[in-house]
Order: sequence, then C-alpha cells, then structure tokens
Amino acid sequence: MTPGLKILSPGLHTTVQDLGRFGYQNIGVPVSGALDGFGLRLANALVGNPQGAAAVEILVSGPVLEIAADSARLALVGTGASLDIRGQKARVVAAGQSVTVQRGDIVQIAPGCQSACCYLAVEGGIPVPHVLGSASTYVRAALGGLNGRALQPEDLVPLAIACSPERTELRAPSPSPAPADQPTRVVLGPQQNYFRTEALATLLDAEFRVSNDTDRMGMRLDGPVLRHRGGWDIVSDAIATGSIQVPGSGQAIVLLADHQTTGGYPKIATVISADLPKLGRCRPGDPLRFVSVELEAAEEMCREAEREFAKLVGALKPALSEIELDIGSLYGENLISGVTTGFE
Amino acid sequence: MKVRFLSAGDRALVVEFGDRVDRRMSERVLCLDAIIRSNPPAGIVETVPTFRSLAVYYDPLLTSRGELQRAIAPLLDLGDNRRAGARLWHVPVCYEGEFAPDLAEVARLAGLTPDEVVALHSGTRFHVYMLGFLPGFPYMGDLPPQLALPRRADPRLRVPAGSISIATSLTAIYPYESPGGWHLIGATPIRMFDPERPRPALFAPGDAVSFQPIDAAAFASIRLAIETRSYEVESAPVGL
Repeated sequence: MTPGLKILSPGLHTTVQDLGRFGYQNIGVPVSGALDGFGLRLANALVGNPQGAAAVEILVSGPVLEIAADSARLALVGTGASLDIRGQKARVVAAGQSVTVQRGDIVQIAPGCQSACCYLAVEGGIPVPHVLGSASTYVRAALGGLNGRALQPEDLVPLAIACSPERTELRAPSPSPAPADQPTRVVLGPQQNYFRTEALATLLDAEFRVSNDTDRMGMRLDGPVLRHRGGWDIVSDAIATGSIQVPGSGQAIVLLADHQTTGGYPKIATVISADLPKLGRCRPGDPLRFVSVELEAAEEMCREAEREFAKLVGALKPALSEIELDIGSLYGENLISGVTTGFE
Repeated sequence: MKVRFLSAGDRALVVEFGDRVDRRMSERVLCLDAIIRSNPPAGIVETVPTFRSLAVYYDPLLTSRGELQRAIAPLLDLGDNRRAGARLWHVPVCYEGEFAPDLAEVARLAGLTPDEVVALHSGTRFHVYMLGFLPGFPYMGDLPPQLALPRRADPRLRVPAGSISIATSLTAIYPYESPGGWHLIGATPIRMFDPERPRPALFAPGDAVSFQPIDAAAFASIRLAIETRSYEVESAPVGL
C-alpha cells in the first residue's frame, strides 16, 4: 500500500505547495507556491529534504491526519503552531523541530493564532506529479498538488518513503522576536504617478488592516482610500507578487502567490521580496504599515534575508528532547481563536 | 514614445514602450521578448510580454536591476529583428443560440444585425497581444470599430469555458469557467489550455487567429473528437 498521510479532517484550506511554478506566466499561469517560502524551506530543512521540496501548506485552521506509513518524520513550521499527536506516545510538540510518528498515530495540527499559515514537511517529500515543473496547487485551473485542489477528507497525501531512518531529531533556534510594529517595506511603483500626492503620503503614513476578504490570490486591506489622480484603468500589464493594486474604490489589494499574471489596475507600490513571507503570515485583522525603500536597498535586503536564512539553517541543532507544550495554555489559546473544533 | 525602465519590486524590471493597445508597440514588445529568450542575460527567471511592456523577472541573488538594464538597453536598438515561429489558428466557433447569449444585444448596440456581427467577427484576422487573467486566456485584437463596446455593466459570475467574448477593441476566449464582464457572442469546443500538451497554451503571444462559424451539430462532433483526442485545431506557420 502506498505510504501516506490520510486526511481525517482537512482544515480550512490545506494544499500541497513548493516554491512555485516559474516560466509559464507568459501563458497566464500564476506562480503559486508557498505564501511563506522561508517557512516551507525551514520545514524541509528540519527533516533533511531539499529546501524546495513539496510540503503541506495549512491556512488558519489545521487538518487532522492519520499516519498511514510505518513511520514518518514530520516538521511543522509556523509561529505558535504545534502538533498534537495521539497514539501510543501521546504528546504535543511545538513547531520548529522534527518528530517521528508511527503508523496509526493521529496528528492534529494547531496553527495557533499568530500566523495565517504554517508548513508541514515530511522526510522524503510528497511525490505528487509535477505539473509544468512544480508540485504547487493552483486551484482555479486545477493544476498541481493532489488532483489540483485543496485536501479533502479521505485523501491520502502520498509519501516517498514508508519508514523514516532512525536518527537524531533537529530543532531550529527560536527566532529572535521581531520588533512588534515593524513596517512592511515597499518599492514605490510601477504606477505611482497614477495617484495623487496625498495617496502616496497616506500609503506610507496610515495604518491598514488585513481584511477578511483575503485568500491565496490577494489580501484586501481595510484603511483609508488611496485616490487616483485621474482614471483607474490602465492598459493591462504584468503583476508581480507583492504588488499593491488599487481599483476604483481606492481600497488597496496586495497580490499574493496565486495572483493573476496580468491586470488593469494601477499599482502604487510593490512589497519587497524579503518581506513577502511575513506578509503571507498576516492574519485578517492584523495591522499593516508601509515604509518605502529604494530599489537597490530592496535588492540588498533580499540578499541579506537569504544570508540570515542560511545562518538559521546552519544553526539547526539536535533536539535532545521534544519540547512539550503546556496543554492547558495551548487549548486556552485555541479557545480564544476558535481554531480547534470538535476533535474527539 | 521613449522606452522607460520601471521596477515592480526587487524581482521585476518592466520595459515599458507606451500605454496604448497598438500593433506596432506590440511588435516591439514581442521582438524584445524573442531576443531576450534567445540569449537570456544571467539571472533572468522569466519574461511576460503584455500589450505595452515586457516584464523581466529576475533573481536578485544572481543579478540586479542595474545590471539587467545595462544588458537590455542595447537590445532595444536591434529593431528589425523578426520573430519566428508564429502560427495562424483557425478556431471553430458556434455563434448560435445558447452559445451566444449576448449576440442580439451586441447587434442592437452596434446598430447591426446578428449576422452582420458574426460576419465582422469571423472576417477579421486577429493578433494575439498577450495571455493573462487565466492560464491560456488570449487577449486578441483589433475588433472592427463597429464592434468596440465597453464591458457589460453587470459582470457575470459564471462565464462558461470556451466562451468567445468581446469588449473594448478586443476579443478573447475563456479557457475555464470564471467570472467575466465581456459580451459573449459565441463558443468554441476547443481546449485552450492543457498542461499535458507540449505547448500547454494553444496560442502564444504574437500568433494570429481567425474564427470559422460552425453550427451546433459541428460543435458537438468536434467536442466529441476532442474528448477522444482525435481532433487538432487547424493552424499554419505565418510570416510577419
């Protein structure tokens, strides 16, 4: 029998993703891929996979799955997330370390309430067929992933290996907590001249909030209106991930992994690539502020973020014991966020 | 108009030729795309041609906007470079009944009979300016001026896959069911996008397209032939 993860309950929107499908935007195929690329890469590194291997992306509410393999080494990455493992050895394991589970174990993923997304990687990877060079799921055109769609009850997510080799589990150093109100960095343009001067000032001064109208395509922001100088139709051009486009309503939309490749609204600014993972982790209701940086600085920040990530992966240490969580506080947290429902 | 280099964040350099839908501008975009694709400067991830600009996606770990701009600027003057490999596609379209829910209204708005609308649409050879919106969705032009209408005031939530649509100076084919605000004047049974094909999108930017009216019976038989993979859309190489 094919080894796999049997989905008992799929969570809100759980998909197989890798780092994206590149090279087909000229024929209208979005890049897709993980909203938080660093999260996916770290999860893979923890189980010894190539960093860009396919993993499971979990949005807002987590799946419950049964281990249908002799054993499987898992790693979950996501701030505040945890694995609740039921079986012969029941325990709750914090995100940020690998753990080996056995056939029949039931694993509930609690994403916590600090990040919109978390990533579950499995040693050996998830061998779904690559479509146009990528395992990423793009639901709108049913490309990639498991049958081109989000996971459903009874799905079996295939695993490449049926039995994880014995070895020491790995743990990532706790990330240094980011200063609370760190603004998201943007490069202005490419169509900033379609906006009034006040709109540019508002973008950089005001506080916005991630609205409920948010999915893998884009994040609509609540906040002050950004007024155009004249019309708000442009002759369609390409859209980069992180583009902040402003339709006639003046309400900004930040475009994320599944965004369409081209569009006809002016784009006032573009979130720098170093800050895209952070953006992907934002939950509805989270505040967002923007600060503008020069392009050359943004390119350097991208390189710096990559160096920092390499340091993080270089600092993975043997996990001498599993970090077990205070279950009472965990359920307290979930009660507040309303994420955990009806398990058991 | 002077060519402008714009940044769309730290991973995309946009080479902008203007801000209109225009055949000559499109040729400049597509020529630059062909030149870059034939010999891509280091660090380029992919390129996306649109009506009036070429987006060049790059990896800032391997190159920089400055370096790319220096590599691309001299290519703009190669001017006379001809694109190769463009094809002319003959697309079967049923302009009848349920396949053409907006044909009567389009005719009324244009002051024509439905037959005249069909004759104009199927008598025009279109240029594929770009693909976008959905995998395989072609933006084609230009429509005869009589057929140029604004988008519908009330967009549909569900436009069926295969719908032939018009709006502004353009015509398009919906590869998938999706929301849409264009006028639907017909439908084709052909598959616009199939990731299993060596060339997943049927059309490439720069191709030419003409539409051939078929009746509902022909639509059904072509659809059946497509399901058994015994149908190929007629096409031929085209010189510029």
